[in-house]
Amino acid sequence: MQLLELSAVDLVTAIRQGDITAVQVAERFLDRIEKLNGPINAFLNVDREGALSRAADIDARRKAGKPLGPLAGLPIAVKDALCTADQPTTCASKMLAGFRPPYDADVVSRLRQADAVIVGKTNMDEFAMGGSNENSAFGPVKNPWDFTRAPGGSSGGSAACVAADMAPVAIGSDTGGSIRQPAGLCGITGLKPTYGRVSRRGLVAFASSLDQIGPMTRSAADAALVMETIAGHDRGDATSLADAVPRYTSMLEQPLTGLRIGRVAEHFGPGLDSEVARGVEEAFAAFKAAGATIHDVELPHAKYGITTYYLVAPCEASSNLARYDGAHYGHRAEPGRGHRAETGRGHQAASSGEFESPLVEMYCRSRAEGFGPEVKRRIMLGTYALSSGYYDAYYAKALRVRRLIRQDYLDAFQSVDLIGGPVSPTAAFPLGEKTSDPLAMYLVDMYTVGTNLAGIGGISFPCGFTKGGLPIGFQLQGPALSEPLLLRATDRYQQLTDWHRRRPKLPA
Amino acid sequence: MALSRQDVAKVGLLARLALSSDDLDRMTGELTKIVGFVSQLEELDTTAVAPLAHPLDTQNVFRDDVPAPSLTTAEALQSSPRHDGSCFLVPAVLGDSGAA
Repeated sequence: MQLLELSAVDLVTAIRQGDITAVQVAERFLDRIEKLNGPINAFLNVDREGALSRAADIDARRKAGKPLGPLAGLPIAVKDALCTADQPTTCASKMLAGFRPPYDADVVSRLRQADAVIVGKTNMDEFAMGGSNENSAFGPVKNPWDFTRAPGGSSGGSAACVAADMAPVAIGSDTGGSIRQPAGLCGITGLKPTYGRVSRRGLVAFASSLDQIGPMTRSAADAALVMETIAGHDRGDATSLADAVPRYTSMLEQPLTGLRIGRVAEHFGPGLDSEVARGVEEAFAAFKAAGATIHDVELPHAKYGITTYYLVAPCEASSNLARYDGAHYGHRAEPGRGHRAETGRGHQAASSGEFESPLVEMYCRSRAEGFGPEVKRRIMLGTYALSSGYYDAYYAKALRVRRLIRQDYLDAFQSVDLIGGPVSPTAAFPLGEKTSDPLAMYLVDMYTVGTNLAGIGGISFPCGFTKGGLPIGFQLQGPALSEPLLLRATDRYQQLTDWHRRRPKLPA
Repeated sequence: MALSRQDVAKVGLLARLALSSDDLDRMTGELTKIVGFVSQLEELDTTAVAPLAHPLDTQNVFRDDVPAPSLTTAEALQSSPRHDGSCFLVPAVLGDSGAA
């Protein structure tokens, strides 16, 4: 079998047994990256030298009979929102161009401890804000199934590199769908764990009550393997959960007999593409054939998910992104260049007047130069919704509706074990199609934001293809800490189908 | 509700974002649209519902306050655009001169 197509589980086993060396594996994937990254633009940084030296170290330790970590030799791509002390971390923003963090994210430390080989940092929407990857300051990622289409976002580089066999595993982050939606549009498997299951320390903060890191892989079995390494309590993240980490990989095989899967009628309402609807219905039928039962459930407030999300997330973002001040790290506007006249004119035209001081002017100009349009839009929206006189009408209101949305899920999980449905309303859309209409772009998250607002778990995986050859995604949502069940249900489905084994036609 | 250009300029200053005249025009339109969209929530009666800021029922977690190593000065300064080896350098906090 082609080395590039081996599952993460098989790669780790082959390296451990000495059938293949970690260096051979790393070289093969790095060569593939070198070949395909030009057209696909999935990586913002590739660490060939570092990856090969770690792989050589693993091979030497294996030869010497020393113990190896559970992911020994497994190449992994990491979203550029996670801090890596040995590679730049930019969040695909000019604000952080060239930024080198002084420490590793907790997930990155755990991957290193497990002897994974980090091959590079993946492209994304700037500060994880977007659903198409077109908000990257370093150019969009192309969908490996069709280079004229978006890979989804914000973890588009992570999804595309796994779909294109540039890495067997990638790490993403999901604030409103940013793992599950690109996984769906690129035909791979993406798990958004329960809020707090994976430490957020060292993940560049977007919306702290929604952000969660998770694996993006070719199968649920591979995701289970990676979760055993990255999940767990971290003293450095006060919201990380202390619950013991299950042995996900050993919990996959139990049949689905008696599993109750909920189906929400509203998920099949206006806006859902008919080919996507067909693929999703076929997946329900497959689950039924595997022994599950399908039940109608209601999420009465789901229709308020997008509006609630687009208040909560920008409010938290406006606060989180206040740290980019041009003083401690990140972009700083150069003084001079006739900026006084320039900013004076721009501002005085409509506002109360000049900047209060040279310091405030430096803040305002550094941020204006460093952030892209969507990030500015969300900072502005969040600042407005939190400002005096509007806080109760917008932010506090959204937090009340958030409770209703979470309660809907708690009620639904009284009668079903999981909820199934589409990941996104359409398959991958053409690059440029939604860039001029922010609201149209926001709607791509309509089926995924509820998971984050409720803090529960969700997984997406391929369940078919459109006539045009684009992957269709299926989403399962489960109660808090239901990762073993989400992974098992997906794995059982993947034992019966081969959608997750399909590959885009790319140069060998 | 419609936002005025003045509203947007004020928010820009609060958000510490310098906005050009073109930015103000564009953002006034965009934010008015988005605020109109999120105002959909007004139709729900939430008077009896408490706000939910954190999704899980976790309580405050306490631990002993034990001193532990932290970033060194050099590490903290390593990505600063301007510093003197022990402090971050910034333009004047008050007045209009002394830019660093």
